[in-house]
Amino acid sequence: MESLLHISTLHYLVLGAALFLLGVIGVLTRRNVVIVLMSIELILNAVNLNLVAFSRMWGGLHGQVFAIFVITDAAAEAAVGLGILIAFFRNKETVNIDEVNLLKW
Amino acid sequence: MAPVATPFFFYLLAGIMLIGGVMVITRKNPVHSALALIVTLLAQASIYLMLYAPFVAGVQIILYAGGIMVLFLFVIMLVSIDRSIRERQFNSQWVVGLIAATALGGLFIAVYTKGTSIFPEHALPMIENDNTQKIATMLYGQYMFAFEIASLLLLVAIIGAVVMAKKRI
Repeated sequence: MESLLHISTLHYLVLGAALFLLGVIGVLTRRNVVIVLMSIELILNAVNLNLVAFSRMWGGLHGQVFAIFVITDAAAEAAVGLGILIAFFRNKETVNIDEVNLLKW
Repeated sequence: MAPVATPFFFYLLAGIMLIGGVMVITRKNPVHSALALIVTLLAQASIYLMLYAPFVAGVQIILYAGGIMVLFLFVIMLVSIDRSIRERQFNSQWVVGLIAATALGGLFIAVYTKGTSIFPEHALPMIENDNTQKIATMLYGQYMFAFEIASLLLLVAIIGAVVMAKKRI
């Protein structure tokens, strides 16, 4: 019980791993493209949580700077992904990724 | 300033984040998922504050919850959600997906139970008064090259998003 009450770095890492798992389940099982993109944002946030937790553990600020770069990267990727989604919706009139099956034999 | 009631706040915020994450991946309406993700991001900003990272918390709220999620909501309004709400929500490979996620979870549990000895007992208290100044010194000093590359990446993303969403190029 003592190790559950004293919040160490491992608590933050386990929380980050749980969020990562939720994001992976969302990417692998949903049909709606928007929700798949939002699950990818969940994955990136879990990684950010790991980075900032380790930055706290080691005392330096490198993890936080890396987290800022990851947030910037997530913004760029979300913008391009949503642009692709709009083009995809204009062509097929649906937002299900099951319909993108031209390469299926 | 000494931290107060840390376990209570950690478990409360962790519960909010996990419930928000579950709601993101299970809701039928994408607007509900986007709002649950906003709640998750705000709880994560609070956890950043607990981890002595006020600048990253501010960036998370302004950029992530206030920029990226608003962009998501705009695009959700643009694509028609009435038809997609009535259709089947989970694709036909959901069993394989769950098995893969369980395998990944097992790997995480194995790594974290074996490696508990490498973490130090008590974390050093960090000063949070000049966090922004120190991050700025690092961003413009040591990580200057990565900073410029990030702005180039944003330029490419802007051009790419505009070209992808135009009606006629």
